[in-house]
Amino acid sequence: MSHAFYVNLSYVFAGLITAIMIGWILLDGRARRQEMAELEAAGIRRRSASPAKDAEA
Amino acid sequence: MMALFLRDLKLSVRAGGGALIGVLFFTTVVAVIPFGVGPDLNLLSRIGPAIVWIGALLASLLGLDRLFQAEREDGSLDILLMQETPLVLTVLVKCLAHWTATGLPLVLASPMLGLFMNMNEVAIGAVMLTLLVGSPAITFIGAAGAAVAVTLPRGGLLVSILILPLTVPVLIFGVSAAYAAVEDPAPFFPPFAILCAITLFFAVIGPAAAAIALKNSSE
Amino acid sequence: MSEPIPAIKKFSDLANPTVFLGLTARIVPYLAVLTALLFVWGLYLSFTTEGDYQQGETVRIMYVHVPAAWLSMMCYSIMAASALGTLVWRHPLADVSAKAAAPLGAGFTLLALITGSLWGKPMWGTWWVWDARLTSVFVLFLMYLGLMALQRAMDDPSRSARVSAVLILIGFVNIPIIKFSVEWWNTLHQPASIMRMGGSAIDPEFLRPLLVMAAAFTLLFFTLHFLAIRNEIWRRRVSAQRRLAARMANREG
Repeated sequence: MSHAFYVNLSYVFAGLITAIMIGWILLDGRARRQEMAELEAAGIRRRSASPAKDAEA
Repeated sequence: MMALFLRDLKLSVRAGGGALIGVLFFTTVVAVIPFGVGPDLNLLSRIGPAIVWIGALLASLLGLDRLFQAEREDGSLDILLMQETPLVLTVLVKCLAHWTATGLPLVLASPMLGLFMNMNEVAIGAVMLTLLVGSPAITFIGAAGAAVAVTLPRGGLLVSILILPLTVPVLIFGVSAAYAAVEDPAPFFPPFAILCAITLFFAVIGPAAAAIALKNSSE
Repeated sequence: MSEPIPAIKKFSDLANPTVFLGLTARIVPYLAVLTALLFVWGLYLSFTTEGDYQQGETVRIMYVHVPAAWLSMMCYSIMAASALGTLVWRHPLADVSAKAAAPLGAGFTLLALITGSLWGKPMWGTWWVWDARLTSVFVLFLMYLGLMALQRAMDDPSRSARVSAVLILIGFVNIPIIKFSVEWWNTLHQPASIMRMGGSAIDPEFLRPLLVMAAAFTLLFFTLHFLAIRNEIWRRRVSAQRRLAARMANREG
């Protein structure tokens, strides 16, 4: 097999692994943000999220 | 400290013959190898030291997860943590007791397995000596792993996975010292001295790390 | 996420997760763009430069292999520094950083292993050589996987962080020993017939794309690391709020 095959294959693997890592992190982040939004919608929020309102209450 | 040593020793001897099971496992692993590589005595005598070492390594990992788990279950771990003696010392003594109960029998059983492997007297002696010096290192580094996994319900397998990569140096120098004793050109002493150094190094690092991990996992 | 970002007055303010989130939200886009630009430049360079007269085209594998190997080590160093931060200063973000770095380190180590063996096949004629460097990188990969297993095996994040920090540090102390012993073992078992890379005498022709690619990969790592830390912070907040919500529901019910 020609050397170019190995070169291309290694770049393909490099692209694949970085794509998997980037994709996983982005999807994970999206899922977490979704969960945060759901909790927010359910009326549960962090105490520090709106300190002004807490102080009034 | 002596009392703790004797207590641990008694417990591990009494608890279903932990030492016996270790030796049995060791024997079985070594006995299975010829079925895999064939009964060629020349080949067996050549790879013998390595096989015996690997068997001993696996067998000494076997009982490690029990090192602190039994104490944790019956609550005596908290007492050990609250004692005035430094925890590092307690862990060191426990390691020594564990080694005496499980590591030493392996060392004593190795000559018999060496005979199975068609090794000559010098090789058997060398393997026994290197195991005697090297196996405490496995116990010390394993203590750190056992302390890390003490809170896990099924930590036994995880301990082995975490510890095996760390024991690579011990295995390399143990086996190369054993080979050096048999094959002429290679000197025996340098790898043996490095093996001693590794054991002493782990004798410091292992218990210290185990003590930190135990303190942190108990809070 | 429209939380007000508290001003950073002291270095220790970085420990505040909210501050960190705000900071990374501002930095990460620039980092990502810079990474992409560097990658374009680096890939362009690495495919246009001349091949080595000895290794031919395969020298191009070096431009991904060496940065990945470098990152696999840098990532472990970062994890060790985070572990120290967890154990000594109880820094709240350190354990998050260590946990976020482990999968990235495993990924780059895997990449280094794959490209290494793809380089080895045409050069040495085999996929795998029990060479000192390859073997120690393989041990490093196993350690990454073990650490990931440990970090995910425990429920309580703070306890698992402290316990795995201990293990990270043991591994960090051990890596030089493993490297040294594998080298010893290697010289014992096989004569040094394996082709070594040209040492420091790399032609500038190869050095330039290598450096650009190394910079690109390093920036990629930091971008991903920041994003992963952010995800981990959110994950912990969500689980903490769920627990809080469950407790409140219990009290009311």
